[in-house]
Amino acid sequence: MSSLDTIPVTTEVATGNVEPLLHEIRHALKRLAEGKEGTVIDLKRLPLAPGEEERIAATLGTGEVRADVDALGPTLIQETSYPGVWLITHKNADEVVVARFIEVTYIPELLRSQQADIDAGINRLENELKN
Amino acid sequence: MRKDQNLGEYLRMQGVSRRGFLKFCSATASLMALPPSAVSQVAEALATARRPSVIWMSFQECTGCTESLTRSHAPTVESLIFDAISLDYHHTLQAAAGHGAEAAREAAMEENKGEYILVVDGSIPNGNNGYSTIAGISNHDMLIEAAENCFAIVAVGTCAAFGGLPNANPNPTGAVSVSEIIKDKPIINVSGCPPIPVVITGVLAHFLTFGTIPELDALGRPAAFFGQNIHDRCYRRPFYERGQFADTFDDEGARKGWCLYKLGCKGPTTYNACATLKWNQGTSFPIQSGHGCIGCSEPNFWDKGGFYDPISAGQWGSRDALLGAAAAGAALGVGSALAARARKKKAQAAEEI
Repeated sequence: MSSLDTIPVTTEVATGNVEPLLHEIRHALKRLAEGKEGTVIDLKRLPLAPGEEERIAATLGTGEVRADVDALGPTLIQETSYPGVWLITHKNADEVVVARFIEVTYIPELLRSQQADIDAGINRLENELKN
Repeated sequence: MRKDQNLGEYLRMQGVSRRGFLKFCSATASLMALPPSAVSQVAEALATARRPSVIWMSFQECTGCTESLTRSHAPTVESLIFDAISLDYHHTLQAAAGHGAEAAREAAMEENKGEYILVVDGSIPNGNNGYSTIAGISNHDMLIEAAENCFAIVAVGTCAAFGGLPNANPNPTGAVSVSEIIKDKPIINVSGCPPIPVVITGVLAHFLTFGTIPELDALGRPAAFFGQNIHDRCYRRPFYERGQFADTFDDEGARKGWCLYKLGCKGPTTYNACATLKWNQGTSFPIQSGHGCIGCSEPNFWDKGGFYDPISAGQWGSRDALLGAAAAGAALGVGSALAARARKKKAQAAEEI
């Protein structure tokens, strides 16, 4: 047998958790639109069958914004086809997924420049201009 | 990382931006099974966390627990958590040997009196202390000495938590768990054979973040990881509900990924996080790979009957108990148990011939 793919085990199993999760996103999006707080869903906390995370991502689709963040390994921040719903995938330096979240918000916190980094940047720029 | 540094300073020195730190905190909160809303609290606590001293003792064990931790993929989050502790004694990992190593252990215990975390893997032979010694000191005496001034004990692996394989019948060494010897210290049981590596680091991360003992279940295990059974979190659960079971490992049900209950899966009685955290960089877990759970994070799992007998066959010893189970509505389990017993009888008869 040359490849794991040739083992005849069906992996298309449904936990029944995909649809409720999509409804949870719908509720969260409505709350956001009403001016209430955003929501973060940790996909690691849900029992999902092989292929279901991909199904969720496929259902949400891809929207207009995609950001690659290079901080402690790559992070992909993808707005889905539903504005306000973001899929965030954190990977480590070995490209292994360490966490995956769905954030329902106007802009994910990680995209904002951080105050501590801005302060450090001011110092660096001042030093650069002194030399 | 220097001992007087906090984690925030250490990360800044490593060139980690605040954005990178927030990512680290998100992954750490997820690791500790905290809600995503707790990320800011985690960030605040971790930024000022001091480096705790950890003394790791390996007694009657196979080194599988250490292998699980160190052979886990080297993700930034876990390696950073590991960097953030001061591992002052671990006889498999340390470079020092002999008197130097023991002197380092004694110095760390003295220097961090009342504050160090004692991690233990392996059971302790209580019948004859000579079965396992380190530097001529019995495991029993070394545990008592190290526990005296520790802040808390983390019993890593089913051997340290519940006696494990060395404790299995007939238990020739008189193996016992840490909690059977130490009664006056908080003990966190991180069971599993081996435990999931991120659960070990998750517990260390909890200490690092909050400086407290995490909430524990009735068996002293962190509730965040052991609060739910494998069965309830298993993606094959819908097949169980519909009564669709694999009867052999190569039948149609097995190929379709049906429930492995009748093939001995111990998921319904096993509390662990395998079904969600998974193994091998989050790739899979035993049930996903087509093999039932063997219940390795539960006490006495080795003596609970065959791994391939349904729970009811292996754990309900008497006819009365079987009837009790039936009365409780476990008709399916009983049917499986009787079938398993019939198979056993048939096999015995074949052997006798």
